[in-house]
Amino acid sequence: MRRFALIAVPYLWLLALFLVPFLIVLKISLSDIALSIPPYAPTLDLSAGWEGVRSFFAGLDFENFVFLTQDDLYWKAYLSSVWIAAVSTVITLLVGYPIAYGMARAAPEWRPTLLMLVILPFWTSFLIRVYSWMGILANEGFLNMVLGWFGIPPLQILATNTAVYIGIVYTYLPFMILPIYATLERMDESLLEAAEDLGCSRLTAFWLVTFPLSRGGVIAGCFLVFIPAIGEFVIPSLLGGSDTLMIGKVLWEEFFSNRDWPVASAVAIVLLLILIVPIVLFQRNEQKQREAA
Amino acid sequence: MTTAPADRPRPGPAVFAPWDEPDAVPLIQFKNVTKRFGDFTAIDDLTLDIYTREFFALLGPSGCGKTTMMRMLAGFETPTEGKILLSGQDIAPIPPNQRAVNMMFQSYALFPHLSVWENIAFGLKREGKDKDTIRARVDEMLRLTRLEKFASRKPHQISGGQRQRVALARSLAKAPKLLLLDEPLGALDKKLREETQFELMDIQEKTGTTFVIVTHDQEEAMTVASRVAVMDEGKLIQVATPPVIYEQPNSVYVADFIGDVTIFEGTVRKDGEHYRLDWAEGQPPLRVRSPASLRDGQTAYVAIRPEKVEIHHNRPDDHNVLRGKVVDIGYLGNLSTYHVELPGGRMIRAQNFNTERDTRQPFTWEDEVWVNWTETCGVLLER
Repeated sequence: MRRFALIAVPYLWLLALFLVPFLIVLKISLSDIALSIPPYAPTLDLSAGWEGVRSFFAGLDFENFVFLTQDDLYWKAYLSSVWIAAVSTVITLLVGYPIAYGMARAAPEWRPTLLMLVILPFWTSFLIRVYSWMGILANEGFLNMVLGWFGIPPLQILATNTAVYIGIVYTYLPFMILPIYATLERMDESLLEAAEDLGCSRLTAFWLVTFPLSRGGVIAGCFLVFIPAIGEFVIPSLLGGSDTLMIGKVLWEEFFSNRDWPVASAVAIVLLLILIVPIVLFQRNEQKQREAA
Repeated sequence: MTTAPADRPRPGPAVFAPWDEPDAVPLIQFKNVTKRFGDFTAIDDLTLDIYTREFFALLGPSGCGKTTMMRMLAGFETPTEGKILLSGQDIAPIPPNQRAVNMMFQSYALFPHLSVWENIAFGLKREGKDKDTIRARVDEMLRLTRLEKFASRKPHQISGGQRQRVALARSLAKAPKLLLLDEPLGALDKKLREETQFELMDIQEKTGTTFVIVTHDQEEAMTVASRVAVMDEGKLIQVATPPVIYEQPNSVYVADFIGDVTIFEGTVRKDGEHYRLDWAEGQPPLRVRSPASLRDGQTAYVAIRPEKVEIHHNRPDDHNVLRGKVVDIGYLGNLSTYHVELPGGRMIRAQNFNTERDTRQPFTWEDEVWVNWTETCGVLLER
């Protein structure tokens, strides 16, 4: 009985905070827009009894999903989101791997401090940090001011995709560093000595031993950046321009500007379906890592 | 074995003893090597020759510098002072990946993402050998270490003993001039360790490679090695064959480190052919024969191994006879060790082989007994 209660807690949590909201969103995505409160129809009228339930289900259809395929805004936004997320993930990896490697090779007494420095930005609100990037990248911002001292003409970075990439890489960098650091840190250093002893140079030892052994961390880090970056909304809307097309922004506009809850919900459901593939792959990688350890 | 004696690397010093031949050229020469880490001196002005086809053991407690010596041979450390020569050539400027030296690591350091086959092939592939040569060599190594069945397994899918053999095969694959073994059997249980010791000797004999092994296990060093170097605090205390180390230790440190021993401290005086050691008031002096020349009245030690001490119920008519009381018995099956308390509280150990199938022991606790040994059995030591 106690065991059951213990298992029930996380399941109840998931039920209340994931499954129920998901079903509500799914239901709204199958509804039609209506000028009422809430702004969609049908709603379940239990007072009408069995008849009410039947008319409720009869009112549901896939119209909104069909609509998503008709307007090319949506698939372009999905594609553009995946592209921006993928490019940001690659850049984050290129920036994050050397940092993680340097941390793992640092003297043991320094590692907690370095780890702290990676986590430290989380102590400030995410929004404030993105706003400060606006201050840095704006046309009259810090970056252009410094460039101006050297006589370099100001750059237009804010309100372009470049600013979005900078924002995403900056925000998600710790999620890339931490899993890679974890795999590199527990790697036996005698493996590198063995590789050298068997004729490897430092560089080949890295490619043949260090990198393959940190693969689990690299994959985990990539998913941890890629998955949330696809649905990212704050960064593209604050740092991106009008031509920055990301599905999170489209969803927000459908919901708040157009007040079209059903289409917004359909967008969210499709986004979830797109994310299922990388999430499942991520879980598999995690499981493989655990089995190997 | 029908091989000519000259081809056999180690059936004893009479056959294989290049260190006794004045014109033999050593494979490795340490010349006044000192290694310091900051203030700490790991190796202190050490000179040593190791010969081709030797199975050389570096033995000592942890922190004695034996691992540092091995790491200098592998190229992971460079001497602070002095030179290390391999085949007459100074190896200090040669990086580890270009030395004809391979190392078997204490942790084995097998690459966990590669199969057994790929682990063994790793070094050969770096040499840029063609595929057929690599395959033939890896298969040969697998046969040598009896791992054919496990070629495609990953290191975590095989047992500790098999992993040890993979590590050995991998380090031997490139046919190094010198193979370094860092505590190679430390992770194995006792029985497997003993089997593996003989396997190691066998493989060393078959491949003709020079082995240098680092160990803190004196039994292991004695079993496998052609010569043993006993080290302490960065210095070589004694370098000799296992029987010499055991029977003719040059110091109390070596006598005490290798095997069981009882040590008597006292003042020595010469008495004709032999020496007498006065070690306690009211006790007869110990007689010992020794080639050493000591001054009368000098402090000296007599070391005596338990298997050379006889134990009797009645007083034997001999020298070195002491009366005592049995306080402890260690029954090991093949032999029994008696801890005998001498008057004044000194303890001496005596061993008896249990050659009869008799479950009753000839001596028991609190028995008043006599112990004795002949004057050639004790070792007289100056320090």
